[in-house]
Amino acid sequence: MALISDDRLSELSFEELSRYSRHLLLPDVGLEGQKRLKAAKVLIVGTGGLGAPLALYLAAAGVGTLGLVDYDKVESSNLQRQVIFNTRDIGRPKVVAAAERVVALNPDLEIKTYNFSLSSRNALEIIKDYDLVADGTDNYPTRYLVGDACVFLKKPNVYGSVFQFEGQATVFDATRGPCYRCLYPAPPPPGLVPSCGEGGVMGVLPGIIGTLQASEVIKLIVGGARPLIGRLFLFDAWLMRASELRLEKNPDCPVCGKNPTITELIDYENFCGLKDTVQEPIPSITASELKERLENGDKVKIIDIREPHEQMLFKFPGATPIPFGQLVRRMDEFDPTIDLVFICKIGQRSLYAIRALRDAGYMGPMYNLKDGVNAWARDVEPKIVAY
Amino acid sequence: MAVSLLVPTALRGFTDRKAELTFEGDTVKEVLDALVGAYPDIKPHMFDENGQLRAFINVFVGDTNIKSTGGMATKLSDGDTLMLVPAIAGGR
Ligand SMILES: [Zn+2]
Repeated sequence: MALISDDRLSELSFEELSRYSRHLLLPDVGLEGQKRLKAAKVLIVGTGGLGAPLALYLAAAGVGTLGLVDYDKVESSNLQRQVIFNTRDIGRPKVVAAAERVVALNPDLEIKTYNFSLSSRNALEIIKDYDLVADGTDNYPTRYLVGDACVFLKKPNVYGSVFQFEGQATVFDATRGPCYRCLYPAPPPPGLVPSCGEGGVMGVLPGIIGTLQASEVIKLIVGGARPLIGRLFLFDAWLMRASELRLEKNPDCPVCGKNPTITELIDYENFCGLKDTVQEPIPSITASELKERLENGDKVKIIDIREPHEQMLFKFPGATPIPFGQLVRRMDEFDPTIDLVFICKIGQRSLYAIRALRDAGYMGPMYNLKDGVNAWARDVEPKIVAY
Repeated sequence: MAVSLLVPTALRGFTDRKAELTFEGDTVKEVLDALVGAYPDIKPHMFDENGQLRAFINVFVGDTNIKSTGGMATKLSDGDTLMLVPAIAGGR
């Protein structure tokens, strides 16, 4: 059955026949395929590295209605990969700047913007009006939210994700293949896989993966092609290696299996272990307080858990470098009578480091440098660049 | 059997940044045991307290998920390629 039913198709104008002539020349697209694109409604969740090529190419291809979801504003560190924005867009809401660019590219389209986060409260209401979803988000709670919502609404979820030099792409469509949870029943424990904001990403990579997603979106709408359903495309730009893996539906999947146990949207922050409901809070220290303690000659030991190449960007004065992965094994090196202060880039991985040491039984006092090295750059040594 | 194991970026911090390793083993379990033996820091990230492979990591032999071939007991042939495929979430 076609994703876009025949009764929704309308004629193309003279201008449209000219604009889309390279599609019309393709026997597998043709006039009918282009009419389906014109009638289609695609929701792009996340207007960032993946969302940028998705929005640009889908607009260029003549997808009639595009929805853009993002709560964020454009920052200078986005411009290395989010090619839908210009330097002058810094500080503007992403969906506003992106919509402006898309309208300039193709004024005939209908663009809907949602300048807030997709959540369990609004996701079904928003997604239900679209034919399919392209997931370009950057965190596990939203990945599971989009995945589950698409299963419940029986919509294809064109999936892409990136980390450093690696990308993954597939189409989850629970009506004829696996869903996100069939592949990944649960997310990694917080702190193991850093976000792109912490672990970095090669700017071109979301361009490659997002463009692949756009291609899958167009194929699903036009129909007749072999979509990336039940197959996971993996790409490693550093090694220039691509692989295709077979994905199977899990008959015991809690959302799309034979006897589903999850039948409505849940609290995804909680599911991903990001709520500190049971754990006791971790004491933090601000950059200014740390500076004061150091100047007073207090006995504190600073542990820098950043990667070696990050320490090259800024060597924290007096800190002992121990990578996250080695902490637990090396905890005998610490003197439990002395205050330990853990530092990372933004004060997030250091929290997980403290939790890991607590779980491993370390009893000494531990503090988290609030907002990490970036706070030190902001409040203590403004001549350093926050990265 | 000598097999190669492809390590994704997210886990290379625990393998001296090596992307490809070679191990001996007749089953997936033997190879992953050898991995943990060679790089002990990786263990808590790949296995939970009960020794079960964590749900965010899939192991493929060739293009097939071991979930459909007997899990950790999946038999290997000489020259097989194992791939660890963790969930990654970046996109913005
Ligand atoms: Zn499923």
